[in-house]
Amino acid sequence: MINARQLTWRVGKRTLVDGIDLQLQPGELLAVLGANGAGKSSLLKILSGQWPLQDGAIELDGHPLSEFSRAELAKVRAVMPQSSPLHFPFRAWEVVALGRTPYGRKRKAVEKHLALERLRLTGTEHLAERSFPTLSGGEMQRVHLARVLHQLLSSTAEHRYLFLDECTSSLDPAHQHQVFQLVQQLTAQKIGVLAIVHDINLAAQYADRVLLMKAGRPLVVGPVQDCLTPANVAEAFALRTHQLAHPEADWPLLVAQREPVERLSPATH
Amino acid sequence: MNTTPFSLAMCALLALAVVMALAIGAVPVSLDQLGLWTLQWWPGSAIELPRHVQIVLSDIRMPRLLMGMLIGASLAMAGAAIQGLFRNPLADPGLIGVSSGAALAALAVIVLGNTLLAGWMTSFGFLALPLAAFGGALAVTWIIYWIAKRTPGGGQITTLILAGVAITAFAGAVSGILTFLANDAALRSFTFWSMGSLASVTWRDLAVSAPWIVVSLIAFPLLAPALNVLLMGESVCEHLGIDPHRIRRLVFVFTALAVGAGVSVAGMIGFVGLVVPHLVRLSIGPDHRALIPLSGIVGAALLVWADILARLVVAPAELPIGIITALIGGPFFLYLLLRQNDGALNHE
Repeated sequence: MINARQLTWRVGKRTLVDGIDLQLQPGELLAVLGANGAGKSSLLKILSGQWPLQDGAIELDGHPLSEFSRAELAKVRAVMPQSSPLHFPFRAWEVVALGRTPYGRKRKAVEKHLALERLRLTGTEHLAERSFPTLSGGEMQRVHLARVLHQLLSSTAEHRYLFLDECTSSLDPAHQHQVFQLVQQLTAQKIGVLAIVHDINLAAQYADRVLLMKAGRPLVVGPVQDCLTPANVAEAFALRTHQLAHPEADWPLLVAQREPVERLSPATH
Repeated sequence: MNTTPFSLAMCALLALAVVMALAIGAVPVSLDQLGLWTLQWWPGSAIELPRHVQIVLSDIRMPRLLMGMLIGASLAMAGAAIQGLFRNPLADPGLIGVSSGAALAALAVIVLGNTLLAGWMTSFGFLALPLAAFGGALAVTWIIYWIAKRTPGGGQITTLILAGVAITAFAGAVSGILTFLANDAALRSFTFWSMGSLASVTWRDLAVSAPWIVVSLIAFPLLAPALNVLLMGESVCEHLGIDPHRIRRLVFVFTALAVGAGVSVAGMIGFVGLVVPHLVRLSIGPDHRALIPLSGIVGAALLVWADILARLVVAPAELPIGIITALIGGPFFLYLLLRQNDGALNHE
């Protein structure tokens, strides 16, 4: 379990993360939602050990996070950042193979075989021989996801954790759902997943619990039904919504209210 | 292209260069003589070669050949590592001013060794020159890195190359001032430093500089897996358990080591670090685990071939080898600039 208490992170006078308490159990999907600049990515960087702890405490399976070396952390948790620029012409499978870096080198044929298996997971095996920089944004994201899964699934640790920072931002609706169905398979294997999600309904459908953030602070944390209500969403995003009943499931469905169209007026000086 | 046939072809190119470099020159050596010369170390052999052939091969061509291979290999590997570090295939230790920093420091030791820097000379003896060249190379590398961190865009290659132009010009100006203080012998050295040459390499030069270069030749391939990961950015590198700052420090130190040691013996030899990794990447892809060692082999072959040309073109005189590499490298660099627009990075 990842247990974080009173996480606070400041840059100059700005407080990016302000007193967050959070638990992530192996086997659960925790979705983190919030407006742009609410501190979601900062929280992820602190929890994944990329930013050193300023205030508060983080324990990973009962040990302070600071006791883990970079190499040890790489074997129990994987991180998918918002974007990772790669302009060199690696083939897609070679990018995925880089996910095994913490575990050393194998023969090329073996590395390729393993990488192809992970590409299959994200439905990108047909891209294996393509040069990475020539892929579309969504294809790149799915190949990177395969790389991150490769890192995580190569580990034999009992408890593993996955951090996803808007990993579906460039994907079409079908692939968004495909990715989250994959994430559900991972949680069934005792992997704890923390995912930053923008799509409220995607979070409602797949998450076990939700953390709603506003201005670096936790607005509400708990089960989906309790957290993703029109009142909380209005508070977090300044967005008015209606809650509908899903025709066949019990998760909430939120749609934006109709707002009057204001006429654009020329800027007044 | 597959890695194996490419590697074999390049090894063959290097082997051919080695034979040619030993055979060609003012004193022609036949292949028979070369074979005998090689066999004479066989235990119990009683081979007698003409004395002048013996001297030419053992004392003149052999150290020159080895030095050329070491410098070519280390410049090319350093280029590959620097390109990976900056995530840009147009970076090169020479283009960003590292070589000129090393050359300036070496020149300062030559010109001021008896006066201002006498203390330095007595403290380090025969290591004074390579150490100074190493220091000069390291200083410029840090300046470049500092500029890369302080400018918007995190050190775009145009910024770095422009900074390299400025540093090279500045180092050239300071070198110019030094030449006014210099005597005739030092002036000849100045010409030598700025254009590069392997003509006067002795076993002693080799003994002083080779260990430093060999250290970098061993180190760069070990950094290859980390450089692969670093291509995806510093945070991905950290997530995969590697400290990007440590890798950067190591690449800087070993680049400075390789360039400094090379420059202290042979002066400034440009473009090898740019052209070679680029050619190899176009052929076998960007995986540093193959790219770095193969760049070493191709770099060694290229420099030995360039040295052969330098000896042949205006025989019995010799061209500085830096002129040959610049003659090849300059047009190649322009070609790269033109090809950048239509995806020069793709090796398919």
